[in-house]
Amino acid sequence: MQQTRAVEIGTGLFVLLGMSAIFFLTTQTAGGERFSADKTFEVQANFDNVGSLKPRAPVAMSGVTIGRVIDVSFDPVTLQANVRMIIDSRYDQIPDDSDASILTAGLLGSQYVGLQAGGSDTYLENDSEIYFTQSAIVLENLIGKFLVNSGSGSDE
Amino acid sequence: MLRHPKPDRTLAAPCNSVAALIVSKTSENLIEIKDLMYSRGSRVIFRHLDLTIKRGEITALMGPSGTGKTTLLRLITRQLVPQQGAVFVDGVDIATLNQRGLYALRQRFGMLFQNGALLTDLNVFENVAFPLREHTKLTNRLIRHVVLTKLHAVGLRGAADMLPSELSGGMARRVALARAMVMDPEILIYDEPFVGLDPISMGVIVRLVRRMNDALGITSIVVSHDVAEVSTVADKSYLISDGKVAASGSPDELSVAKSKLVRQFMHGMADGPVAFHFDAPDYAEQLLGRDN
Amino acid sequence: MPTLFKDIYEDTLEFVRTFGAFQLFFLRLVRHTPRMVVRRPGLIIKQIYNTGTLSLVIIMVCGLFVGGVLGLQGYSNLSRFNAEDSVGAVVALALLKELGPVITALLFAGRAGTALSSEIGLMKATDQLSAMEMMAVNPVRRVLVPRFLGGVVAMPLLVAIFTCIGLFGAHIVAVDLLGVDVGAFWQQMQLSVSADDVREGVLKSFVFGIVASLLAVWEGYNTIPTAEGVGRATTRTVVITAICVLILDFMITAVML
Repeated sequence: MQQTRAVEIGTGLFVLLGMSAIFFLTTQTAGGERFSADKTFEVQANFDNVGSLKPRAPVAMSGVTIGRVIDVSFDPVTLQANVRMIIDSRYDQIPDDSDASILTAGLLGSQYVGLQAGGSDTYLENDSEIYFTQSAIVLENLIGKFLVNSGSGSDE
Repeated sequence: MLRHPKPDRTLAAPCNSVAALIVSKTSENLIEIKDLMYSRGSRVIFRHLDLTIKRGEITALMGPSGTGKTTLLRLITRQLVPQQGAVFVDGVDIATLNQRGLYALRQRFGMLFQNGALLTDLNVFENVAFPLREHTKLTNRLIRHVVLTKLHAVGLRGAADMLPSELSGGMARRVALARAMVMDPEILIYDEPFVGLDPISMGVIVRLVRRMNDALGITSIVVSHDVAEVSTVADKSYLISDGKVAASGSPDELSVAKSKLVRQFMHGMADGPVAFHFDAPDYAEQLLGRDN
Repeated sequence: MPTLFKDIYEDTLEFVRTFGAFQLFFLRLVRHTPRMVVRRPGLIIKQIYNTGTLSLVIIMVCGLFVGGVLGLQGYSNLSRFNAEDSVGAVVALALLKELGPVITALLFAGRAGTALSSEIGLMKATDQLSAMEMMAVNPVRRVLVPRFLGGVVAMPLLVAIFTCIGLFGAHIVAVDLLGVDVGAFWQQMQLSVSADDVREGVLKSFVFGIVASLLAVWEGYNTIPTAEGVGRATTRTVVITAICVLILDFMITAVML
């Protein structure tokens, strides 16, 4: 009997340890961009350039994730990238003249959509469009500009 | 007879077997083997083997090493299936049984393996209790009672807490015997029970075989090549050689038999029909010849 | 020449046959599973102990050092790009998605897999399985199923423990010894690891658990019942498990991307 008891205790400890390890991994290592909400509304925005923005990327306001991107496509009429995103319904008082920009988390991190509040009295709701957008900063373009600027600078 | 409620079967221990014996006295032959053929790969092990085992007797199967005595046991218990011919137990062709029927049949058998085949991770008590735990819903108290009775019968009640690795060869075989008996089988099969035992252990096993058979009305099958020991216990012996029954009869009949093979085997002569030399090229030629 | 083709043909056929037999063996185990889980949970718990609890020490020690070396390598390589803050992210991704499941599976094959196949092989060689057959007990159900299930349950838990300890080891090296900022270590990790990465690791650990236990039990059950056969079976268990785990790892990764 004593031996069975030892086996049972050993097994119990092992399983508990394993379970807590799984719990730790799911809650502590993966963090940040996970977003879930029961009710959401959908808005869209057109960008000249979305960089490497992907579906599931977070939508953040003042650094807090309030939604995520669900689709990135190219609109052949406006010749712009069309980004559709969903936002938690709790945030139903975002001014509709807010502007959306594509930002990068850290120097080499993944890209996300950042919203900056405007001053309008009407709010974003389902199927609204955000008109003020700012494209992703593409490193090559930046370098290009920098070279042109410094080139013209030395001319003067 | 196979469908007894299990606890009943175990409780009514010896009487049950005796009752069964009386009821089905109609057919004297418990096991009949008819025209059996079995080969492994291209090697034919048995051809046209006929053999009967009578109820309540101790039947010995003897033969030189490598004649497939153990294979024959596996055929009788359907661990193997013959290519031709059939094995009948109580008039039923065991090749026709499904898994359920087969397991019901096997519960009527008890088998003692050459080295005991005790389960290494269980102690002696649990080894003997194993069939009870698997097949019955007896309470722990009852199991304890039955197991200790059986262990007492083989004289090893005191070793109940030991592990198989701590037992001597003879003790392991006695524990295995207790385990084989714990479900009160009708047929007990011994595979080489006398091999590798000191004279004392050997005497103990010989006496146990006899006692089990007579006291419990069990039918016993003993496979062995120990002529002397077998002669003391067997009611009838079969000498198997070259895939067939070479001779049969009581030990006394066999020891005076005329056949060369029987005489060679019974009296342990080096050369005879079973050659001392394995097939080889001529001796002188091989030693003196240049090549080869 | 014809004999060569004949040999190839026969070898191929034999391979396909073995593969098929292996699948059927798996189905046989699965078929007996529900019954054993309901009726004999004690047997399964004992096997979880044998495969899981008894592997804990080796898993934890190896996890600690694998994590430690990842921290060291990550730090020294990332610091060339002034990105040593990302060491947490690098270590976590490597451990969660690849090294955790794969190394644990390999260690499992070496520790628990060999123990399983030699135990079963020895039971076969000493007629214990035949004895069970003769006692009207199905050895597949009584011996193989609990051992298989024990391994299947233990592996994901072992992988999780290995990964956690690995992170801990990396933390010790990077944060405590090399001076990476604690906040940066964890923040970078949480920013770059997504739930999908964790899920990939968990999926792999389940698949590897099934494969490694199945192979160990299979090799044990098909052991040639001699002392030499048992030795060979244990070697084969390690070799075949390692190959299968690495191939499957590649396949799963390719599919998940």
